[in-house]
Amino acid sequence: MLPTPDTSHVSFDTIYEPSEDSYLFLDTLASDSESKWLSARFPNQSTSPLVVEVGTGSGVVLAFTAAQSEKIFGRRDILTLGTDVNRNACIATRETATTAIKAEQQPTPQSIHISSLTADLCAPLRPGSVDVLLFNPPYVPTEDLPRLPSAKDNDPATAEAMSRSDKFDNDSYFLSLTYAGGADGMETTDRLLEAIPGVLSARGVAYVLLCKQNKPEEVKDRIRAWGWQAESVGSSGMQAGWEKLVIVRIWREDHS
Amino acid sequence: MKVITANFVTCAVKECKTSPASFPLHFHDAELEQQELEFQPEFIRNVIPRIDWEALRATANELGFPSLPDAKPEGEALENEQTMRDLHRMLLETHVSEGKLVCGNCNHAYMIKEGIANFLLPSHLGEIYS
Repeated sequence: MLPTPDTSHVSFDTIYEPSEDSYLFLDTLASDSESKWLSARFPNQSTSPLVVEVGTGSGVVLAFTAAQSEKIFGRRDILTLGTDVNRNACIATRETATTAIKAEQQPTPQSIHISSLTADLCAPLRPGSVDVLLFNPPYVPTEDLPRLPSAKDNDPATAEAMSRSDKFDNDSYFLSLTYAGGADGMETTDRLLEAIPGVLSARGVAYVLLCKQNKPEEVKDRIRAWGWQAESVGSSGMQAGWEKLVIVRIWREDHS
Repeated sequence: MKVITANFVTCAVKECKTSPASFPLHFHDAELEQQELEFQPEFIRNVIPRIDWEALRATANELGFPSLPDAKPEGEALENEQTMRDLHRMLLETHVSEGKLVCGNCNHAYMIKEGIANFLLPSHLGEIYS
């Protein structure tokens, strides 16, 4: 088994701790069928792929993708970029990624983590720039969707001035952002899906994790209605004959 | 945040995406740091084709790097070790640790602190634009 990136430096006060869904992501990307597909999609003579993870949390998925790029893509020259609404998650991801790359890719060539950005989904990414988009969303159905943080919520000075109880509330708020998905657990995922056709390159592909309550079959039908492809390529945890979690690959067939 | 990032980001305000003035974002008050990274000529050669050269020239100029060639290196120019080393140094070894990225269309400034750029919009922009 390929090693899981080290996240021992991460404080899980406001950051999602790697769990079953994270590990399903690692296993799916490194599976023989996905690595074969990705290696064919991004052959060695093509330009270096830009891999973007949205909502990186600890950075375990993006770090794994960077560090195991040889297994996953059949090449080491990949660029990685992460976004998260939580600045602490961005700091954590940068360290998780650079540490994992150093540990796994000696001697060079090495994948390169270019930055972690505090951002809402793909908001600052240049249209048509992303080759591989990874998203392990807040997918749990909840009555309310937590509000989106503003620039001020992430100002380190704001956090330092907090009382103990304010800090507790603030930590709980940031943790709720990691799992609370609103109606059907799909409110944030729906916004991400809408952004996919704009942000992906012509050869681009997105991997999005869904839980059973997200109604993955309906989601796939909606994507196919754009004239795109959508297939389940990884799953875990059978529940009453259905997979509890699935990873859907989303791409265009006519890319070249 | 490595300098190459500027080639892949634009203003987070939706209405700015269609404006050519929103790309590239402009560095202001940038503090730079060098972090040594082993020179990988193959990697740089595979990265150059995907770079928006005009945007990179603008970025290099704002950050005080020597002028880049007018045209993107292709063919034999990609075999020139000095050119590849210069690009490696600027794109991959140089980090922007503090400063701002400013949109040429709406003038919003995104702050960079300890190498992390913050693209979350203040609530008034979010309300108006999303």
